[in-house]
Amino acid sequence: MSSTSTDPTPPGRRSTFAILMAFLGSMGLAITLLVALAVASVVGTVLQQNQSYEAYLLDYGPFWHELFRTLGIYHVYSAGWYLLILVFLVISTSVCVYRSTPAMIRDMRAFRLGVKDKSLRSFQHNVQRDAHPEAPAALMSRAEAVFRARGYRVRQADHGDHRVLSAMRGSAGRLGYFFTHVAIVVICIGGLVDGRLPLMLAEFTGRLEIETRQVPVSEIPEQSRVSISNPSFRGSVEIPEGQRVDVAFVTMRDGYVVQELPFHIEVKAFRVERHATGQERAFETDLVIHDALLDEPLAHTISVNHPLVHRGYTIYQASFRDGGSRLSLDMFPLGRGADRPMPFDARVFGTYSQTGEDGSRLRVEFTDFSDTNPTLIEEDGVRERMDMGPSFEFVVRDSSGAGWFHRNFQQPIERDGRRYLLSGVRQNPAEPFSFLYIPLDPQGDGVDRFMRFLAKLTDPAVVAEVVDEATRTAAGQFEGVDEGLRAQVAETMRGLLETFAAGGYEEVIAQVQEQAPEGQWDRMADIFLRILNSGLDAIYLRVLAEEGIEVVSEEDERFLEDALRAINALPFYGSPFFLRLNDFEHIQASGLMITRAPGQAVVYAGSVMLILGIFLLLYVSHRRCWLWVQPRPEGAGLVLAGTSNRNTMDFNREFDEISRAVLGESRPAPADQDARA
Amino acid sequence: MSVAQDTVSAEYPGYFRRLSPADWLWAAGVVVATIFVLAVYGSRMNIYQSGTLVVTAASGLWLGWYWKSFKGYALAVTGMSLVGVFSYGDTLASAQTNFFLKYLVSGEAAVMWMCALLYMSTTAYLASLFRREAGRGVMPALVTAAVTGAVGMLGLWMGRSGLVPGLEWASPLVLLVAVGALLGPIASTDFAARVGSVLAWCAAAFGLAGLLVRWRETYLHDPTWGYIPVSNLWEVFVLFCVITVLMYLYYQGRTRNLGMGGFVMMVVSAAVAFLLWYTLDREAHVVQPLVPALQSWWMKVHVPTNFVGYGGFAIAAMLGVAYLMRARGERRRPDGLLARRLPSREVLDDVMYKSIAIGFAFFTIATVLGAMWAAEAWGAYWSWDPKETWALIVWLNYAAWLHLRFTKGWRGVPMAWWAILGLLITTFAFVGVNMFLGGLHSYGSL
Repeated sequence: MSSTSTDPTPPGRRSTFAILMAFLGSMGLAITLLVALAVASVVGTVLQQNQSYEAYLLDYGPFWHELFRTLGIYHVYSAGWYLLILVFLVISTSVCVYRSTPAMIRDMRAFRLGVKDKSLRSFQHNVQRDAHPEAPAALMSRAEAVFRARGYRVRQADHGDHRVLSAMRGSAGRLGYFFTHVAIVVICIGGLVDGRLPLMLAEFTGRLEIETRQVPVSEIPEQSRVSISNPSFRGSVEIPEGQRVDVAFVTMRDGYVVQELPFHIEVKAFRVERHATGQERAFETDLVIHDALLDEPLAHTISVNHPLVHRGYTIYQASFRDGGSRLSLDMFPLGRGADRPMPFDARVFGTYSQTGEDGSRLRVEFTDFSDTNPTLIEEDGVRERMDMGPSFEFVVRDSSGAGWFHRNFQQPIERDGRRYLLSGVRQNPAEPFSFLYIPLDPQGDGVDRFMRFLAKLTDPAVVAEVVDEATRTAAGQFEGVDEGLRAQVAETMRGLLETFAAGGYEEVIAQVQEQAPEGQWDRMADIFLRILNSGLDAIYLRVLAEEGIEVVSEEDERFLEDALRAINALPFYGSPFFLRLNDFEHIQASGLMITRAPGQAVVYAGSVMLILGIFLLLYVSHRRCWLWVQPRPEGAGLVLAGTSNRNTMDFNREFDEISRAVLGESRPAPADQDARA
Repeated sequence: MSVAQDTVSAEYPGYFRRLSPADWLWAAGVVVATIFVLAVYGSRMNIYQSGTLVVTAASGLWLGWYWKSFKGYALAVTGMSLVGVFSYGDTLASAQTNFFLKYLVSGEAAVMWMCALLYMSTTAYLASLFRREAGRGVMPALVTAAVTGAVGMLGLWMGRSGLVPGLEWASPLVLLVAVGALLGPIASTDFAARVGSVLAWCAAAFGLAGLLVRWRETYLHDPTWGYIPVSNLWEVFVLFCVITVLMYLYYQGRTRNLGMGGFVMMVVSAAVAFLLWYTLDREAHVVQPLVPALQSWWMKVHVPTNFVGYGGFAIAAMLGVAYLMRARGERRRPDGLLARRLPSREVLDDVMYKSIAIGFAFFTIATVLGAMWAAEAWGAYWSWDPKETWALIVWLNYAAWLHLRFTKGWRGVPMAWWAILGLLITTFAFVGVNMFLGGLHSYGSL
């Protein structure tokens, strides 16, 4: 980037222009700019770019956030000062090329036949003879043959008292300088064409306003729309299966603008192809382009690494998400009426209002659906991949906005021969899920038995009836139990069942600790739990009786354990209902990136030029030799000198060979090879 | 290169006339092999694959002419790879039963051989630096052996006992120096370095053959998986070792100087240390299918090109270290081991420049290829992804280095320091970005 030639301007007064040019084309400035660009680029990699302002504010606090925002550090590569460095680099390079090219061309062409022997004697590579036995003419003609055989271009001049032969080779290497430096300018210009300059300009002059709201496209005002005449942009859009759009969204700072397209893109289907192991193999979208310029719609399938180019617009597979899948659900109240589920149809991204048992308003937001859940399961040191099947996610929020985040699976999982339906819950999206295990009916895939048990447990009328019956049966087995004691036990049992249904064992224990003196906690807890369990058993027997089961099997016993464990966990579940997925229609949205980059060809051309230039610059050394000969009485006085702008160590050897050939001397024993090392 | 010229002649034969019969035999072999592959497998290859084959064959042909030693190497790699591929047949299970696969040429076994041979080669090169010399004592060598031995063992102990986890993987590098210094004085010639050079050739052959056999293995795991094994961090570290060793061996042949080996092989050994940890501790050598973003033809050209760049920069940095030690030795003790044994400053400076030059040229190509791939996969040829940005930083750094050398004529100590700094920047761009910054290249993470 600096001039390789000496400045022709004589010292003394120079014009301002000359001084400016000298400064802009100076090596110092060029190196400074290279280093400045490198350092500035580091900033943008250390600080994550293009995040939302809220995230930055959280990360850095108000002071640093304001400073960083003002300095443009959140968008370093489109910040004014960064672009300024680039512009200066382009100017510096251009000035350098402008100043050095003439000298370079002279250097490539000029054979410098007027060279003086004195200067040749000072060359690093030179051979001098004061009395060479041959005549100058013979010497010159052999020298010419030697040089030509090695691919040198040769010129001779007769200056009367002496003759000069000048030879050169690899002058194309000098073009390397020109190509590399022009390439940098070309690449930067290409990049600038594809940059956001037009959009930034439009925003600066007030013709464009950044939209920061999340609203439907139809509601986005004209000021935030960019017409199809915009030559270059990079936008993205998510299109659900079966829908079409004619816009793309270009993110700008903390918002976006809408780029209009001259055609509609319809997404027919999106697919995730998987390996046998469950890992993703390909993401594919079946597209149809509806364009008035086309005779009929253009159908095409794109995938990662295989975009579609249409009218200069390139459409890439970038991402995917749910596109509003339809879910057919059953809603089981986790309390009274648990045995009477309500059918509930929902769509992902839909929000539904529910009234709680106590009359409070709840909002249910469906956030995601996934038709497969490949999971790595490690059992006895053996890793195995398995598919957990479809799952969906939803949030249940109360009026304060606090939410319970859930993830429910459609298929049961099996543990120790028993099957459960899983429902995950967490109060913070950053935490892992805790799972509620709802036991499945021993026969069939329903949760009816569990729900009936829960319904009875939470129905005061049923509880009262069961308790009455249970205590009477028990009393009948003993002599002398009076009605007063029975009623007291019944009352205790009823209270315990109610407490357990509302708060689990923990609440029961708390009640013991509240009612009994500390020394008797263990004894009282034992009695209370026995009463509670006989009540629960009685309710369970009733559930079994309804199913027509008279004899309680081991399987039924285990079911009760699981059911009680689940009910015990309900207070931590948050939501007052359980959603079971019966059926679904999976609708996906394909995330497309749409770009228009007319500067791409320019950048590629510049890149090719750059590579070509670098190889010329580094590997084609401009080698030149001069033979200066003066007729002397005893033969000839001569100076043979050479220079190479690259690879001087290789030139050492070549010059050695050349000088021997030119002077007609035989080669000494080739022992000098190692001397160089 | 040199032509015996006892009789003086102006004649200087053209390029083709200077080729030997062996060169023509090589050319014939490459052409026949290429035609054979096209004839037998051509119907299963698409235009890109056929094109890649032809260009690769042409490059190999030229490389064999330009660098005579490459021919033997290429033949050895071809032989080993064919043994590996045909021993497999159609089932991966052969790796457990077939002798060749189990102990020599399965992807995993060959790479382990490469690692072992590289450690041995490094030791041999280092030993040569400590060779005996008539009239001089062997104390410096023994002191070096004692000190490095103690440091290495301490490191090993600290790593094993959990004081500094991971140190046990790095300590062998110090122990290599200790063993080299201990064994060095046995010989008084450069015999050890010649052994080191043979070992390095063998290691490079095992490494490349290992990768080629692994290529086949990816298809044996599952035909839909098949990919060129330069696609994850484990594989590219093997590639780095192979390319760096080959580039070094080329410069060793050109300069006929065996003194650089101890330094260059040290950085390769560092890569081996990482590879061993990555294999034995993390089991990263297990073949896994590629994520869709990496399933591209561009992988074949982008990654190897990049590693010629990294290899060149690594060699330059290690020669920078040698340069600084030599310069310091000359200043402090002109008669000491450093000043006498290390290559001359001219040679170090020249090879340092050459490796940065070749590295820079290939790094430029790799970055341009990367941009073209990015345009196809991500929708933009440049999106200021951390990896891209760091590639730019590396490029700018070496561009500045070359500018100062060409235009200001900078040489010597500052440029040596700069070459070392350059490797630190390059290393960050290579592994650091994946570890700390993420971005679109984050699939290459640890």
